[in-house]
Amino acid sequence: MNAGQVDYYAIDELLSEDERITQASVRSFIEREALPVIEGCHAREEFPRDLIRRMAALGVFGANLQGYGCAGLSNVAYGLMMMELEAGDSGLRSMGSVQGSLAMYAIWRWGSEEQKRRWLPEMAAGRAIGCFGLTEPDHGSDPGGMETRARRDGAAWILNGTKRWITNGSIADVSVVWAKDGETIRGFLVERGTPGFSAHDIKGKFSLRASITSELVLEDVRVPAANLLPGAEGLGGPFSCLNQARYGIAWGALGAARTCYLTALRYAQDRRQFDRPIAGYQLVQQKLVHMVTEITKGQLLAWRLGRLKDANTMRPEQVSLAKRANVAAALDIARLARDILGANGIVNEYPVIRHMMNLETVITYEGTHDMHTLILGRDITGLDAIR
Amino acid sequence: MKILVCVKRVPDPETVIKLTPEGASIVTDNVKWVINPFDEIAIEEALRIKEKAAGTEVVLLSIGQKTAQEQLRTGLAMGADRAILVLTDQVVEPLAVARVIEKLVGTEKPELILMGKQAIDDDSNCAGQMVAELLGWPQATFASKVVLGGDQKGAQVTREVDGGLETLAIPLPAVVTADLRLNEPRYASLPGIMKARKKELKEIPLAELGVDVAPRTRIVKLETPPKRTGGRKVGSVQELVQVLHDEAKVI
Ligand SMILES: Cc1cc2nc3c(=O)[nH]c(=O)nc-3n(C[C@H](O)[C@H](O)[C@H](O)COP(=O)(O)OP(=O)(O)OC[C@H]3O[C@@H](n4cnc5c(N)ncnc54)[C@H](O)[C@@H]3O)c2cc1C
Repeated sequence: MNAGQVDYYAIDELLSEDERITQASVRSFIEREALPVIEGCHAREEFPRDLIRRMAALGVFGANLQGYGCAGLSNVAYGLMMMELEAGDSGLRSMGSVQGSLAMYAIWRWGSEEQKRRWLPEMAAGRAIGCFGLTEPDHGSDPGGMETRARRDGAAWILNGTKRWITNGSIADVSVVWAKDGETIRGFLVERGTPGFSAHDIKGKFSLRASITSELVLEDVRVPAANLLPGAEGLGGPFSCLNQARYGIAWGALGAARTCYLTALRYAQDRRQFDRPIAGYQLVQQKLVHMVTEITKGQLLAWRLGRLKDANTMRPEQVSLAKRANVAAALDIARLARDILGANGIVNEYPVIRHMMNLETVITYEGTHDMHTLILGRDITGLDAIR
Repeated sequence: MKILVCVKRVPDPETVIKLTPEGASIVTDNVKWVINPFDEIAIEEALRIKEKAAGTEVVLLSIGQKTAQEQLRTGLAMGADRAILVLTDQVVEPLAVARVIEKLVGTEKPELILMGKQAIDDDSNCAGQMVAELLGWPQATFASKVVLGGDQKGAQVTREVDGGLETLAIPLPAVVTADLRLNEPRYASLPGIMKARKKELKEIPLAELGVDVAPRTRIVKLETPPKRTGGRKVGSVQELVQVLHDEAKVI
């Protein structure tokens, strides 16, 4: 097997030439540009701003969108890109997800032509950063219960409420904010510096430390009517975006899992206890075999999901299945890898503990593991266990 | 002006190489393939010249199996204009490579040929020199800096030689081979990858060129480097000198 690769089932052969080239390019970008700095960013709880600019130059943001300065990749190529970003750090993949699949996608799918022309090329080039404000302090898994309100006032809208756990919140040039107009959920573009709008970073995170997470406060924020996303009405608006992001996460988690597995494999081959490499003991082999099996299964899930998405036949429940399965597998792999590394598993000399802590976020955001269980349970039984 | 850049598909340097049982070739299943790193530097240099001198065309050339399309497509994604793949399943030695390049120079008529100083698979380090010889063109090998004259009639090339640098002035057309420190190649951008799909990649069967590519050498045996063994502690400086003299035979 190749250094740095996990392809036990020759899945590479299922990829097209440009999909392989995309993966190779993002991969060497991450190896050369991100790996030397990411551990430090994580330790200092610092957002790698410089790296983001270079990710933009590579064409990462909104890479599977068509037009408006976006690369227009296939969804499988986009997934491979997410996998390579997250092999570096879940925070980098989060940046890609929030910018591309949540903020840009919301504008691309639901925005007016004018909004698209104004924001998408700037966001693709990384000159404008976006965020996506759906979750609130009291409404996470149940965003339909949101309390943020939008009220029409002549030619403008007035927004009031609080959003929490918002990735990129304090650095965003444009925030996609979801709010209720009466009982209807609508999306608004709130620009940085709009009076009454402020963002405050959430500190003390043990997870996704190289990513910014903020609270957005909206106090009588007045936005022009032209900033309403005209196409979106109801929960279908934000959910369509989440579906895109979850798709990317199903791939991304495999990247984190791969880094952990390869680190553990190499470590186990080198580390000797009782006069033998620990990789020679059955209990350790069982863990390594479990890891490579789960990664291989996850790759096949993600690949097939991508082909369905490219064919435009992918159902949201299929995304739930892959997000749920692959993130759980990745977290499990990270924890096992941490265990194999012994004491070295808890220091940042190795990337494992960072990935492990990051994945604790990944299993919670974009629909918790259990919410996806309930979505799938409802789909296969026809009985709703969510409420 | 036109720049011809030669590109070889080689195993990723990070790949763990395994030998076939008969020991004269490597196992190629499961190997990841990349552009020869020195060729990637040559592509980058061509693209930088193109960015400065409007109207420059960068043409890539590879000789090998159909799978080398992927490396050419990567070069196109980096920004080259078009590519030529000379198709063959057989092993092509440096002299044969040089003859194929010579032949294509006849039709392509580039002013500059940029190549890697060597391919990292067989490390021959002679194709560039042979091309220059066959064409009767000046050559500047191991380039660490290339400055094209404003009139595009010549170039100044800094070479890394033992213990220092040497700067040559050469008239064009010429052959320049790239060393490691010439530049740092760009990544193929994602929009670049999409654009590359529409760029021309012409395939020419080797037989159609009428070039003598018969091998002159045969690989008798390949061996992997000996496994590294752990070091040993010596008791005194005297013993160290003794061991270096008697066993290691270095002093
Ligand atoms: C680092 C980070 C970044 C984030 N970025 C963003 C962002 O950019 N934009 C954004 O809008 N949000 C973001 N989020 C928020 C994230 O989407 C929410 O945290 C997530 O939806 C879960 O909501 P909650 O934290 O309120 O948990 P809760 O909904 O309170 O859930 C707590 C627990 O209860 C369980 N639970 C809830 N309901 C049920 C039920 N019906 N049946 C059984 N179990 C149930 C859950 O599965 C979970 O285990 C981010 C979160 C983090 C940690």
